[in-house]
Amino acid sequence: MTSTSTRPESAGTASSATPLLEIKGLKIGFKTQSGYVDAVRGVDFTMMPGERLAIVGESGSGKSTTATSIIDLLPGAGEVTGGQILFEGKDLTKATPAEMQAIRGRDIGYVPQDPMSNLNPVWSIGFQVEEAIRANGVATGKQAVRDRAIEVLKEAGLGDADQRLKQFPHQFSGGMRQRVLIGIGLSSRPKLLIADEPTSALDVTVQRRILDHLETLTRDYGTSVLFITHDLGLAAERAEKLVVMYKGQVVESGPSKEILANPQHPYTQRLVAAAPSLASQRIQSSIAPTHTNDVEISDEGADDAELMKRAHQREELGKRNASYIQVENLTKLYKIRQGGFKTTELRAVDDVSFSIPRGTTMALVGESGSGKSTVAKLVLQLESITSGTVAIDGRSVGALKGKDLFDFRRRVQPVFQDPYGSLDPMYSVGNTIAEPLVTHGIGDRKSRQKRVHELLDQVSLPVSMVNRYPGELSGGQRQRIAVARALALKPDVIVLDEAVSALDVLVQGQVLDLLTDLQTELGLTYLFITHDLAVVRLIADNVCVMQKGRIVEAGTTDEIFANPAQQYTRELLEAIPGANFEFGR
Amino acid sequence: MLWYTGRRLLQLIPVFFGATFLIYFMVFALPGDPIAALFGEKQPSPAVIEAIRAQYNLDKPFIVQYLLYIGGLFTGDLGTTFSGRPVIDELVRAFPITFRLAMLALLFESIAGIVVGLYAGLRKGKIFDNSALVVSLLLISVPTFVIGFVLQYVFGIQLALFRTTVSSQAPWSELVLPAIVLASVSFAYIVRLTRASVAENMSADFVRTATAKGLTRRRVVGVHILRNSLVPVITYLGVDIGSLMVGAIVTEGIFNIQGVGGTVYRAIQLGEGPTVVSFVAVMVIIFMLANLLVDLLYAVLDPRIRYAK
Amino acid sequence: MPSNTTPGLSPDHYVAPLDETPLKAVDAVDETEKPRSSWNDAWDAMKTRPLFWISAVLILFVIVVALFPQLFTSTSPTSGASLPDSNGPAESGHPMGFTLQGLDVYARVVYGTRASLTVGLLATVLVTLVGIVIGSLAGYYGGWLDALVSRLGDIFFAIPTVLGAIVLMSVLPSRTPLTVALVLSLFAWPQIARIMRGSVLGAKSSDYVMASAALGVSRFRILIRHVIPNAITPVIVVATVSLGTFIVAEATLSFLGIGLPGTVMSWGNDINAARASLRVAPMPLIWPAAALSVTVLSFLMMGDVVRDALDPKARARR
Repeated sequence: MTSTSTRPESAGTASSATPLLEIKGLKIGFKTQSGYVDAVRGVDFTMMPGERLAIVGESGSGKSTTATSIIDLLPGAGEVTGGQILFEGKDLTKATPAEMQAIRGRDIGYVPQDPMSNLNPVWSIGFQVEEAIRANGVATGKQAVRDRAIEVLKEAGLGDADQRLKQFPHQFSGGMRQRVLIGIGLSSRPKLLIADEPTSALDVTVQRRILDHLETLTRDYGTSVLFITHDLGLAAERAEKLVVMYKGQVVESGPSKEILANPQHPYTQRLVAAAPSLASQRIQSSIAPTHTNDVEISDEGADDAELMKRAHQREELGKRNASYIQVENLTKLYKIRQGGFKTTELRAVDDVSFSIPRGTTMALVGESGSGKSTVAKLVLQLESITSGTVAIDGRSVGALKGKDLFDFRRRVQPVFQDPYGSLDPMYSVGNTIAEPLVTHGIGDRKSRQKRVHELLDQVSLPVSMVNRYPGELSGGQRQRIAVARALALKPDVIVLDEAVSALDVLVQGQVLDLLTDLQTELGLTYLFITHDLAVVRLIADNVCVMQKGRIVEAGTTDEIFANPAQQYTRELLEAIPGANFEFGR
Repeated sequence: MLWYTGRRLLQLIPVFFGATFLIYFMVFALPGDPIAALFGEKQPSPAVIEAIRAQYNLDKPFIVQYLLYIGGLFTGDLGTTFSGRPVIDELVRAFPITFRLAMLALLFESIAGIVVGLYAGLRKGKIFDNSALVVSLLLISVPTFVIGFVLQYVFGIQLALFRTTVSSQAPWSELVLPAIVLASVSFAYIVRLTRASVAENMSADFVRTATAKGLTRRRVVGVHILRNSLVPVITYLGVDIGSLMVGAIVTEGIFNIQGVGGTVYRAIQLGEGPTVVSFVAVMVIIFMLANLLVDLLYAVLDPRIRYAK
Repeated sequence: MPSNTTPGLSPDHYVAPLDETPLKAVDAVDETEKPRSSWNDAWDAMKTRPLFWISAVLILFVIVVALFPQLFTSTSPTSGASLPDSNGPAESGHPMGFTLQGLDVYARVVYGTRASLTVGLLATVLVTLVGIVIGSLAGYYGGWLDALVSRLGDIFFAIPTVLGAIVLMSVLPSRTPLTVALVLSLFAWPQIARIMRGSVLGAKSSDYVMASAALGVSRFRILIRHVIPNAITPVIVVATVSLGTFIVAEATLSFLGIGLPGTVMSWGNDINAARASLRVAPMPLIWPAAALSVTVLSFLMMGDVVRDALDPKARARR
């Protein structure tokens, strides 16, 4: 990539003038079934010793590919097709396998994304830590290696390090596993650490602790850190330099705070505008409200007694709409069979109460195990209620059976998280959206087809989609189809369970905009389940914070964000990366 | 681990009774005269018929028959063969021979299979891999007895490197060719399984992490890829014991080995139903026990199984 | 516009020129692409592989031979035996020579195709049907049904297929291709049932199943329309391979003398019959063995191709 502007080497804050890492015109290609794909098309950036740099981009931007190519970890079909990777002046693209092997681990460490799949399940933790120590010559001799391994685990923040050595990965929690991986990555005090989305697979409060810890360690050792992340807020917080990638190219790079305060390239501007962690207000619908939920109770042609009655009716209707969805003392117990004959009880949902006014969005926020998804399933009557009630528009749903339950389903519809599992891969898009209509026997073939076209239109997808299959579509497109399916029966309530959590930031923004517009247009009530408090600010009117099956705090979005009363809520808010920064638009 | 073992043993019991019952049922409870069924076209003498009746308690109700039979199994009374010898004696004499044969076969198929599979998986798509695939497919397509005949002909007759039949003591050296024949089909399956496993593990995340740690390629392959690829192979070996037993009948028949398989082979040829049934029952029990051992080995190899409740 | 001329920005704030980094609309739909279902994908993957065509041609060929043996030979496989021809070598009109009894080997190989293929096909169809039904019911409904089926499966599984077939065939009065197929299926169904059950367990917890349940689709309908179509691919692969292994199993039983009766022409029987004079005349054994091996090979190769095409991980990479 030629740049017409001159790019002086950063004289910056680093102590030495020789860059630690220089990427010059890097090009990487992949051989796939459908031909050759250029994943990285000319990337340049520089890192000084002790510096922290973040590469930000959505999926497909080439950020992970760039990072893994530095230590030659590209999957089999990928190869560097041009450019240079200069590490301490030496071009790694020309290094021999033996040279690469020496550099890996010792001079450049790597912390991967998913802690579960990145540790070998059949060897103990101690084994895997010790082999890294031995391979990089950090210690020799059985006892010395073992002692060093204990040190590594302790530094990584794991207590009982000597006990932990004998344990296996599946016995650790996600956060603990990630600490082990960080420990392994830093075990030989490398000059550079490549951290590929190191915390995105973890709970939000755990994320912050681990990133803080990582920061302390790397500062103490003087290690440079190369972060790969999709989260702008995280990049701003943790790195001084930022590189924004889009479709294999660098679109903007420089001091992170400056870029986020004053983004120049249109793509960066889009990212900054859409990033939930940086937002400060609810998305407003772009269209005027056309739907009213109130049945017109006019005062025409009525005498006094009639007027009283109608006023009364309006009042009743108002009350019903104020607590359109009313959940009271909802509890769900699961019986888990332990080995043998013991069974224990799991209180997935414990005495939960809240109400949602009609036409608004209520967010249920919590980390994994908080019970928020279970509440969603209970409201949808996909699981049975153990005790308590769920009432929608005055009717208790827990008691519904048979035909009543069947009819109830038309009023409450779900949109689930995993875009790759929420649509049957064997069904065409048209059939998926038509399934609700077919199941409830609505209309004939022609009118159903018409309705499907209507729905596709409503979610801004072209009509030609009807013959396509989920396998060919992107995550955002699939979620929009899931929304279209949910709308088919003209429901009053939509339960969205982590519906946007797996989507790229810009696509996420698009879907959230769509949802907001639909809410205004159709008068829908949303129950929005998420672990991401930042997204809550964009979409929700009211919030309930859940932990271990109970509601810890509830209130309007503004209240919760401005004055969190509970410690846990404060922790969740503080865990949002980049929440404290001021950003440009 | 103890808990896991205990649970597996417990699960074995209903299967044991079920399987032996099934065998017994097939032979004795189907409509028709079991004697006629057992002996087919041959007409045994009345004395033999009498003996069989008494031995299998055919006059008693079926359940009692079965229970007496099972009781007999535990006390070592398995009835008598045509020649008047107690089945249990035959078994004791023949078992060590078949055991030697089976062990040799297991050794050949595992070592050769895993090594070939490993190389094929590491060099996926290249010449070695493709030839390994073709050879393994051929070995599965050609029935064991054909392989047996061919090898017997080529190595025994043409090249005269091995004996064509095995003597009654069946020492290890004479069992090499039969073991190769016996192992051939299983070898093919193990190659394919190892190859697929290795190819899959090569792109696994934890292998990438191991490389990133700075380990040598050799260590990554040996300690991480191979070790993890062994698990499905071990699982397969459990099922394989069953096909080894069937294969033993065929192989011992061809090479005239006086083992368990050979006895069954001759009994089938001679139409001696009762002997066949007794021996098969014992083989099934051995199969179950072998599977139990394999399950335990599997737990040793994969800690997730060991620690699961 | 190069960034370092813009006031207020530090010199190392780099912005790429827009013409070199054009933006696309967010999540745009490519309307020019043709729709591709997963079956289309699989078919595309298969038809590019030469192995697919080789095995497909072979399979078709074998089926045609089985159905219309008369097309391939006018010589009778059962009559016209003359003792002087016993174990005779190949000559014109008799490309594969003569059997021990003086019958034409080639004709017997051609006519023997039907029996072997019938047993293989029948057994596969039976085993697949039973396995799919039992496996999906057990995996989907769980509970006591699953426990019962699993125990039952364990019991049948504990008896190796051919071993059980040996016992049962020893006591059955009549032996026809149908009987042999039935007996083999009786001991082989647990394998397919287990695979189906595992597959169904996986598909059962998908979100699209939950979404259909939330629509009000009945549980049974979800099983038929959503779960089974998505769970069936591993079974297809195993079924293709099983066809081959059943043919080998029949041959093994015939070799032992308890397969198809001697009156039925099958490759297994012919191999068995040729055994006695193996030393002097190996060919009457080699030819039917070769025919059998080629047939089984073609099914195994097809199984491999189908498995590679349907492999979800391979699909994800496309």
